[in-house]
Amino acid sequence: MNEVVLRAQNVTKRYGGTQALKGVDFEVLKGRVTSLFGENGAGKSTLMKILSGIEQPTSGSLELRGEPVEFADTVEARDRGISIIHQELSLSPNLSVRDNIFMGREITGKAGMVDYAAERRIAKELMERLEEPIDPDTKVSDLRLGQQQIVEIARALSVDARILIMDEPTSALSASEVEVLFKVIRDLTAAGVSIVYISHHLEEAIEISDHAVVLRDGLIVAQAEIADVDLDWIVGNMVGRGFDLGSPPSPEHFGEVALRIDQAMVADPANPERLSVNGVSIDVRAGEVVCIYGLMGAGRTELLEALAGRVPLVGGSFTVLGQDISGLNISERIALGLGLVPEDRQRDGLVQTMSVGRNLSLASLGTFLKGLVLSRQEEKDLIQKMIKDVRVKTAGPNAAIGSLSGGNQQKVVIGKMLATNPKVILLDEPSRGIDIGAKSEVFGLLSELAEQGLAVLYSTSEVGECLSIANRVIVLSKGRISAEFDAATTTKEQIMAASGESAVAA
Amino acid sequence: MSQTTSADAPARTRRPSGGLDIPKLLLEGRAFIALIVIIVIFSFLSPNYFTVNNLLTMSAHVAVYAILAIGMLLVILNGGIDLSVGSTVGLSGVIAGFLMQGVKLPGMEVTLYPAVWVCAVCALAVGAFVGWVNGMLVAKAGVAPFVATLGTLYVVRGAALLITGGLTYPNLRGDPALGNTGFDLLGFNRILGIPTGVMVMIVIALLGSFLLNRTAFGRWLYASGGNQRAAELSGIPVKKVQIRIYVASGTCAAIAGVIIASELTSANPTAGNSFELTAIAAVVIGGAALSGGRGNIRGTLLGAFVIGFLSDGLVIIGVSEYWQMVFKGAVIVIAVMLNRIEVRSKRIKNAGAPSAPPPGQAGAGPGSSGTPPAVNTAKP
Repeated sequence: MNEVVLRAQNVTKRYGGTQALKGVDFEVLKGRVTSLFGENGAGKSTLMKILSGIEQPTSGSLELRGEPVEFADTVEARDRGISIIHQELSLSPNLSVRDNIFMGREITGKAGMVDYAAERRIAKELMERLEEPIDPDTKVSDLRLGQQQIVEIARALSVDARILIMDEPTSALSASEVEVLFKVIRDLTAAGVSIVYISHHLEEAIEISDHAVVLRDGLIVAQAEIADVDLDWIVGNMVGRGFDLGSPPSPEHFGEVALRIDQAMVADPANPERLSVNGVSIDVRAGEVVCIYGLMGAGRTELLEALAGRVPLVGGSFTVLGQDISGLNISERIALGLGLVPEDRQRDGLVQTMSVGRNLSLASLGTFLKGLVLSRQEEKDLIQKMIKDVRVKTAGPNAAIGSLSGGNQQKVVIGKMLATNPKVILLDEPSRGIDIGAKSEVFGLLSELAEQGLAVLYSTSEVGECLSIANRVIVLSKGRISAEFDAATTTKEQIMAASGESAVAA
Repeated sequence: MSQTTSADAPARTRRPSGGLDIPKLLLEGRAFIALIVIIVIFSFLSPNYFTVNNLLTMSAHVAVYAILAIGMLLVILNGGIDLSVGSTVGLSGVIAGFLMQGVKLPGMEVTLYPAVWVCAVCALAVGAFVGWVNGMLVAKAGVAPFVATLGTLYVVRGAALLITGGLTYPNLRGDPALGNTGFDLLGFNRILGIPTGVMVMIVIALLGSFLLNRTAFGRWLYASGGNQRAAELSGIPVKKVQIRIYVASGTCAAIAGVIIASELTSANPTAGNSFELTAIAAVVIGGAALSGGRGNIRGTLLGAFVIGFLSDGLVIIGVSEYWQMVFKGAVIVIAVMLNRIEVRSKRIKNAGAPSAPPPGQAGAGPGSSGTPPAVNTAKP
């Protein structure tokens, strides 16, 4: 039974300067689970948003059971039987489980009054079906993350969708909860419901899927019946064989230790009694590239933010070029030669209301300050130099920062820190949300900078990025260093095993 | 000559080296067009409107609002709001008046009559102090700006009423015998035929323009208003910026308060009531974003002139006070709606996708497919 219920034809999507989808033909088959694989930024979520009406394609068309359709919004898609479970929770924490499940589709009785009793009954049934007997009157804010995700799933089920899109539905679920979800998925497919499934847990996705589709860089690069393929095939197609992210700088140019992290301890901002970084020691020498690998919650971001001075150390010390920086604020650390390129570009890296040029010069205003006045000429020269050095593709220094692609925006954030003449540069997930071409440019740039004597420390959650330009790989797990590898002699499997990530081990 | 005095003042205070670009002004500046329309309409309706004397009188009214609005602009650029400026106008006038009346030293039979400049400086210091308190509440104690300044609005107004016992200090002309004359120079008098307040407004506008466009502090302000987290990670002292702008706003309010007290040569503790709203309106009409990071002095001045010339025009042609309120409100809303259209069309142009602009992407920058907006923001 390979009946196509939903078909996307030559769909493209453009956000500003970024082409997220470059012409995709995608089919959803009746009563089957189609898994969509791809790295961050490959276009999976964008495609799902188009199928569920959240976004409209820039070009291309959708066909539902052979009829061309256009969804103006999610309500239209939902009315046609397409429902989506979001990667990010889209619940209202201030409302109850029942209110969230029926949000926007309240069951109304006489005189337009909401029939709470009926809603409560259905909500209860749904939660029982998901083997999570939460009282429907519980406030969502009182639930733990995994339970919230189950409410999200219950909401999607309550629609009686014929096509159910699940974007990372298990990211906060325990193993037993995943089993329950899979059971529900099998019941649904047996009833003829089509599922589109996206997960970073590749083995889990393979277990539940019938059909695999691999997206890379906005294009479908491979698809096959799951029975015919294995994990290697999926990973190989996701990453793209033979794609070079650059090579590490040569060790003979290493200088003195530029950055010393000694027994660093950082408190968890959400729960100050817990340590998110617990006794981590790392030395980075001038000219060296060190990679920190770890899963979500391993403490990578917390460590780098503590280094930059955004969050305090609760124990241990940081030394830059022989000087203890614990007492310095962010700008003093920048002046000393330590700069952070944060993980979330939009939230922490860029000022959206400012132009490309002004974003580039933001961290180094002091260098062209003449008395009280900023020297326009010197600023212009610096901006031109940085645009050239980090190879930002832009219409000009006055272009809006939002007009740049993700990769070029990332280069602006890196350029902003390089303009401060750092000796040590920290990068938190530098490849997040940028396409593969830009990724190799960014890594190539880092490698070049290290050759020029900069100490580079970057973090990543994609193991392929550890083994590209790093001299050493340090694996963080639950706030501690669980292993350290010489990048030249180690393998992806060793690194993943050390991170406690067995589910994805290839 | 008289034609250009009022309309040119705001235009002249653009970026010092920018020069005048009339077509761009017309295209960008709906506030500018609105001002022209207001002047033309009222000139037809009343023969007294478009006269040198009336334009100067109206400009003197505008000056007070404009000075408040420039301080408010700094706060709004940071993404904050300062509701206490109206009360600070009252308090600073009262402080000046209190000192002008003479201070009896306790225990001695002596009454001190400070010089006028001492009275004025003390009044400004009180305004700066109110601003500092606002800044500390917002930056250090983490109180939301709206709430913090709403609190000081009441406290400061209460303080002003307490000092005078609810009365007005009359007749602040001073006494030549006491050597404290000249208070009326600050607002009541004219310098070279131009009201002092207008001169002060021009000086403050030039200073503000310089601060925003040429100094590192200006850049800090735009950056921390546009994205505080990114500014902080770029080494910008965001808390210091926050405190200073509230101090600047409080000081501007005190300047306005002293000017008003001088104009009336009396200090009324209820002076400046609800002026904060007029100042906010001027800033918003001038194209600034309440979310921070967007706005400039030129626009804010235009906004102040639009409001001032409109309300004075309505008074001159004898429109009832109730209708004045209706017109003012309508102008504010229309101006802001026009601004939204402009911002949106700019964004579409910048996104380079005229065929299918992504709706509802107002806040989030495009290009980050890794961070999709929540579903309920899919419609603007």
